[in-house]
Amino acid sequence: MDGARRLFLKSAGLGFLALGLPPAFLVRAAGAEQVARGKVLVVVFQRGGMDGLNVVVPFKDHAYYKLRPNIAIAEPGSGAERGIDLDGFYGLHPVLAPLKSIYDRGHLAILHAAGSPDNTRSHFDAQDYMELGTPGIKSTPDGWLNRHLRETARSDSPFRGVALTAQTPRSLAGNAPVLTLSSIEEFRLRNENLGQPLQRLYAEASDPLFRQGANSLFEALAMLRKLDAKIPASAGNYPMGRFATALKQIARLIKADVGLEIAVAEIDGWDTHVNEGGATGQLANRLKELGEGLAAFYQDLGDRIDDVLLLTMSEFGRTARENGNRGTDHGHANVMFAMGGRVRGGKVYGRWPGLAPEVLYEGRDLDLTTDYRRVCGEALTRHLGQNDLSKVFPNFPRTTPLGIVT
Amino acid sequence: MSTPLTHEQRTVHFLNRTSFGPTRETIQRAKEIGIRAYFEEQLAPDRIPDTFVEEKIAALKTMRLSSRELIELYPPPQKARDQATGMAPMQGPRQVILELQLARLLRAVYSRRQLYEVMVDFWSNHFNVFAAKGADRWLTTSYDRDTIRPHALGRFRDLLLATAKSAAMLFYLDNWMSVAPNSFLAARAPNLRRRGINENYARELMELHTLGVDGGYTQKDVQEVARCFTGWTIRRPRGEAEFTFEPRLHDNGAKTVLGVPIPAGGGMGDGLKVIDLLARHPSTAKFITTKLTRRLVADDPPAAIVGKAETAFRQSDGDIRSVLRAVIDAPEFFSLEVYRSKVKKPLEYVASALRVTGSETEITHQLLRYLGRMGEPLFLAQPPTGYPDVGSSWVSADMLLTRMNFASDLIGNRLPGSRVRSDAVGGADAVARLIAPDSLSSATRAALAETEGRDAVALLLAAPEFQRR
Repeated sequence: MDGARRLFLKSAGLGFLALGLPPAFLVRAAGAEQVARGKVLVVVFQRGGMDGLNVVVPFKDHAYYKLRPNIAIAEPGSGAERGIDLDGFYGLHPVLAPLKSIYDRGHLAILHAAGSPDNTRSHFDAQDYMELGTPGIKSTPDGWLNRHLRETARSDSPFRGVALTAQTPRSLAGNAPVLTLSSIEEFRLRNENLGQPLQRLYAEASDPLFRQGANSLFEALAMLRKLDAKIPASAGNYPMGRFATALKQIARLIKADVGLEIAVAEIDGWDTHVNEGGATGQLANRLKELGEGLAAFYQDLGDRIDDVLLLTMSEFGRTARENGNRGTDHGHANVMFAMGGRVRGGKVYGRWPGLAPEVLYEGRDLDLTTDYRRVCGEALTRHLGQNDLSKVFPNFPRTTPLGIVT
Repeated sequence: MSTPLTHEQRTVHFLNRTSFGPTRETIQRAKEIGIRAYFEEQLAPDRIPDTFVEEKIAALKTMRLSSRELIELYPPPQKARDQATGMAPMQGPRQVILELQLARLLRAVYSRRQLYEVMVDFWSNHFNVFAAKGADRWLTTSYDRDTIRPHALGRFRDLLLATAKSAAMLFYLDNWMSVAPNSFLAARAPNLRRRGINENYARELMELHTLGVDGGYTQKDVQEVARCFTGWTIRRPRGEAEFTFEPRLHDNGAKTVLGVPIPAGGGMGDGLKVIDLLARHPSTAKFITTKLTRRLVADDPPAAIVGKAETAFRQSDGDIRSVLRAVIDAPEFFSLEVYRSKVKKPLEYVASALRVTGSETEITHQLLRYLGRMGEPLFLAQPPTGYPDVGSSWVSADMLLTRMNFASDLIGNRLPGSRVRSDAVGGADAVARLIAPDSLSSATRAALAETEGRDAVALLLAAPEFQRR
């Protein structure tokens, strides 16, 4: 750089420095450290369309076995390859055995024939609708979880909404600042010399997208530096894989009391068009990772599970009938799980619509009897104290709670 | 309309949109012969010598091999152990995908046929295949080389047909397994594993490849299109991995697609009719040109420029070069509203950083891993949508942090296999001119004043200005 220009930059820099940086983020970061043990909602999105009929199996509905000659899960009985009886009508997929004890303890509730009422069978539309919280309306600018955060400004913590995912999920995207991390350990600046100057120049950026992104970045970096030594180690026996790793990190953030209110994790690979398998195989492998991950998370949290509610959802279920490739195509209603210390579990909720040909949705899929927004709304009001759902789920009429959350 | 762009801004803007980022050399060349002449040169990539990068690609053995050779020479780890070939862990299919990624990034950085590489990237993403899905680990090399690249500046219909007939796409979207229940083989081979229709390809063909989700098709059309494509299959995905039409799996009944009757007994012609119908459908012209102008112009491209591209698409019967000319010739392309409005996706960010600093790189795992952490591992988008092309998808705190860390590792020469040209290290000022000819923001200038040498260049690459193109 030539001398004259260097000089110019220096003086411009000094002028800027004289303005100083508002230390607000540090003040707030320090304050947020004292955030009391708050309630946390964890949302697990199963991308690809989980085949709920093979996850919580209506073994007493005999149409089920007629529709699925090759991939059905056998009725409960003796042997490991059979469903696990839940209530004499439904059986849990055998690899979900780790969840059975949580169900028996009353900390896991199941909701069947639930989901988004829109009839799209496009993964991308269905995921968007579900995550935006406005089935059928694509122009919604923000996700339902973000709207909840925006409507309840409980603290300034940069960790209020965190996604442990590669990209910010639509459900959490919007005007309320949120954080997307792939790992707490790697969340640091490798060249410390650049920290201060980058923070200053991004704070001044005319570009709101970058200003906001960097603002949460530097606040989170500052807070994590302070918390580093205090984050307790994990107690759960987590399986390998990105999903369980995400849950493990969420558990650490919960235990570190950083002001976490909403966390999102994802598990993909549910699009089982071909060779889905039954008690073993492709779907079973995904369920093993799901079940072991959830059970480890439950164990890891110990008594903190009382503050936590975890919901699972997937964009749609799959065709009631197996297809020509021993798989299933995109369908409609599905199964959701609710896990937590204040869940009224040990029960399968939802009205069962049946699988007879004349009651199938559009002649092919499990019909929907519970809109997923009912259980999401109940989670927000009863668990997180959201008083006004009309902003979170516009156009969705008030409904009576299902009673899944106490 | 607001103030027009200066000549300097126009040149940088043009190169930001039609290449993986300006370099000293490309700016000079575009100034010498003019933007329009430069663009015509780029539209004829075959006439641009490209030996430097082609020699680098030639060192990647898998890039020349057929799918069948790849399957034989790079078996899955289990099979390799059975054959006691004693392979290193990075051999087998992972090596095949790795070389594919290396080649893509090498070309983005070094090819002189930059517009062509931009379009290859665009179409690869549009007709996405997830290279880690089963047999696609060996099929994606040919997909890139023999399906996408030959048609990237050709006619849309030919490209669409090539993807429909590619083993990689047939496998990825399961069409190779889709069988008419009433077909000859389904009726006579009781042990046939494939026994029925699979709608996956038919749906994505209309939703993602041609009409768009609101393009006017129904669930019934999805089922009918799936029937038309029964019998479009692969001989053996893990052996003779070539397209074949198997009439004994085909549904020979009459069909109706988008209101157009397709008479019984059409055989493979049913699928060809669907391809023609979709390639020439007005919804396709709109959907494709909206997506293309989103890449080249703005996240929310001005209606006027989409309209011009759409007209060119229809009038030229989907000639991609004609569409590109219509985009560049539209006055909206050089308007202040769209100038620097696009956030670079990770491939664009990494490639432009290597280009602007004149870095020498062999492209290594570490470099590719950065792309993954920024959210764009090459050839590994799992959903058929490919990667998003709007700014908000690429600016989370974590992604910004990864970009900042990449910038300092690159400039600090801490990325194995990559070296930044020494004059770039000393010349934050020169790099700054390539990034923002109209001068940097006062905040960036202030921050630059606090840093020295390498840190100053790293800061420039990490600054908001360099995140946009």
